[in-house]
Amino acid sequence: MPAITETREQVEKLGQSSYKWGFETDIEMDVAPKGLNEETIRLISARKEEPEWLLEWRLAAYKAWLTMTEPSWAKVVYPPIDYQDAHYYAAPRKKPGPKSLDEVDPELLRTYEKLGIPLHEQALLAGVEVPEGEEARLPVAVDAVFDSVSVATTFRKTLSEAGVIFSPISEAVRDHPDLVRKYLGSVVPAGDNFYAALNSAVFTDGSFVFVPKGVRCPMELSTYFRINARNTGQFERTLIIVEDGASVSYLEGCTAPMRDENQLHAAVVELVAMEDATIKYSTVQNWYPGDENGLGGIYNFVTKRGACRGARSKISWTQVETGSAITWKYPSCILQGEGSVGEFYSVAVTNNHQQADTGTKMIHIGRNTRSTIIAKTISAGKSDSTYRGLVRMLPKASNARNFTQCDSLLIGDQCGAHTVPYIENRNMSARIEHEATTSKISEDQMFYCRQRGLSQEDAVGLIVNGFCKDVLKELPMEFAVEAQKLLQISLEGSVG
Amino acid sequence: MTDLLKISGLHASIDADGKPKEILRGVDLVIPPGEVHAIMGPNGCGKSTLSYVLAGREEYDVTSGSVTFMGRDLLDMEPEERAAAGLFLAFQSPVELPGVNNANFLRTAVNAVRRARGEAELDAVGFLKAVRAATKNLSMSDDMLKRSVNVGFSGGEKKRNEVLQMTMLQPTLAILDETDSGLDVDALRIVAEGVKNLRSPKFSALVITHHQRLLDYLGPDRIHVMARGRIVRSGGPELAKQIDAEGYASFLAEAA
Ligand SMILES: Nc1ncnc2c1ncn2[C@@H]1O[C@H](COP(=O)(O)OP(=O)(O)O)[C@@H](O)[C@H]1O
Ligand SMILES: [Mg+2]
Repeated sequence: MPAITETREQVEKLGQSSYKWGFETDIEMDVAPKGLNEETIRLISARKEEPEWLLEWRLAAYKAWLTMTEPSWAKVVYPPIDYQDAHYYAAPRKKPGPKSLDEVDPELLRTYEKLGIPLHEQALLAGVEVPEGEEARLPVAVDAVFDSVSVATTFRKTLSEAGVIFSPISEAVRDHPDLVRKYLGSVVPAGDNFYAALNSAVFTDGSFVFVPKGVRCPMELSTYFRINARNTGQFERTLIIVEDGASVSYLEGCTAPMRDENQLHAAVVELVAMEDATIKYSTVQNWYPGDENGLGGIYNFVTKRGACRGARSKISWTQVETGSAITWKYPSCILQGEGSVGEFYSVAVTNNHQQADTGTKMIHIGRNTRSTIIAKTISAGKSDSTYRGLVRMLPKASNARNFTQCDSLLIGDQCGAHTVPYIENRNMSARIEHEATTSKISEDQMFYCRQRGLSQEDAVGLIVNGFCKDVLKELPMEFAVEAQKLLQISLEGSVG
Repeated sequence: MTDLLKISGLHASIDADGKPKEILRGVDLVIPPGEVHAIMGPNGCGKSTLSYVLAGREEYDVTSGSVTFMGRDLLDMEPEERAAAGLFLAFQSPVELPGVNNANFLRTAVNAVRRARGEAELDAVGFLKAVRAATKNLSMSDDMLKRSVNVGFSGGEKKRNEVLQMTMLQPTLAILDETDSGLDVDALRIVAEGVKNLRSPKFSALVITHHQRLLDYLGPDRIHVMARGRIVRSGGPELAKQIDAEGYASFLAEAA
């Protein structure tokens, strides 16, 4: 079945309220009192039974944060955030920690089932639940993070047999303290920016991945983030280390209930790629975007950075951003190793009153480093979207190359799309190419499609998916289909 | 006997710089099932406008008159409903859809109308078989199916792609708006064959053309001459020959 048909059916089923992930799970929670202070940080650290060094690290980050101000250069508008009016820790009351799936609260399992996230290894392995006409999915290992804690991580045994560590970061702190201590904050320092400092002070959980020398991770890894609790921020931290000649493909997804209030999500992701290592990091970001009047939705203020430390290493970011009321996010690559490669493929969709300011930074340090940026921006409704990208060639980056392509597609005439490229070149032999286009879905195109029998939704879906093709093909196969559906659903009601 | 298409006193205008500009000024036209009719008329007389209004383009305001198609009020239907009901328009200027794979577009369209008509959708294999047969008849290369819809197509390729879509969508009434313009003799013959292959008691066509040659291939049942937004004369195939020989001058005088 072509994706578009599925999509159409999906959209029909959804009717008017298109955010189908907006339900709330009723579960007993352990919640820290509102407010951000040393007390809160000590409480988080104690709940997680952390070593002293990590508490010190958190407190130092907090001190740094107190001296910083929120960045204001992004093209986004929102009322001041009261950082004291939120909870910084919320966890299902059952004791967190390693456990088998049978020990996980059934209410949580049902939640992930409803979200379509497979947590049952057996069903997946046996491939029993494959509906007719659909291809069997390859197994994907999942780390499920619910509010502040990881509630389940699948396929850990299979992975550890291959030498791969895939665990909640809070566990990694306990089980692999040397690795965590060595790499935590080594790519995004605790005081890097306002939100990174905030995250460093109060981060609760997230995923830790370590792929040792020469190992190709035997399956896709993914983390699924879910915000459920009210008035709670989510501050997850992901750390992925891939050693010489090793490789991994990692995907993150996220959703949240529909609420009238805004909720803050400030994550930090750090990637480290050694010699000849490859990291493919894909995101399908689907936080609750707020309603059609702009009420509610997640503030998605995220710092993601990858360090290509070794020669010929490669880090590839692919993101499909459809959710959040506000997105502030610039996944970046530090291309240090000689001949290392950075890639950024992005689709950012905004509809109704959503705002997105997103892009990338490619910092070329080593010789012969290469980067590619393909950014597709789609704006509909009264939304506003900005691509902001930096390409910097440092003096030693001889023969470095960058190619950037930024395309904007406007739907309707009340939305905005902007492209803000920053280029700094301090090496004469480096080459930078930049191309940009802006287009609209024209009346002619809509009429042509409808004359051929397509509904307006189908027509927009086809045109948008065509526009994003070059990015969608970078996603792992099974997620590409999801992403196509998501694109169409997020643009629902944008025409006609 | 019921007419397939019946247009009565159709007036339509368009907003031109804030003022309504009347283009169709009382069109009357009847097409019975199974017939091929031709409309001829000088540039700017409203032929494309008529085809757009019939297909449901929203920019045009229908100010009076009526159109029934298979007994239904055509003007009350959305463009995609008209397509599902069996109305097809081969555009004078086919529209480009960058990034949209031509085969995928065609299959999505075919299955959309099949669904609306209560027919089973074509699966990938069934579709491929049907489309292969159709492209072969039209001497089209498979390569055109892999490209983006109409992007970088030559004029002739675009027209052939329209005929391919028509063949696959199995319309009851096809309006071909100057599909023969700008085609070389060979392409013209192929396009004409494409239309002829569809001829059946369940298929009618309204062919807008300036050229006798296409009509020679098709053998139309009736010819209508349009001038200044009206059908000013209707007759048999001999009318087309008269226009070919004398031009539109005498008809324009009638319309004035
Ligand atoms: N969108 C439009 N805006 C203004 N005038 C238009 C528009 N579309 C058509 N017209 C005018 O209507 C008249 C008929 O056009 P058209 O239907 O394209 O004629 P034909 O197809 O017979 O050559 C012409 O004078 C043309 O300029
Ligand atoms: Mg015309």
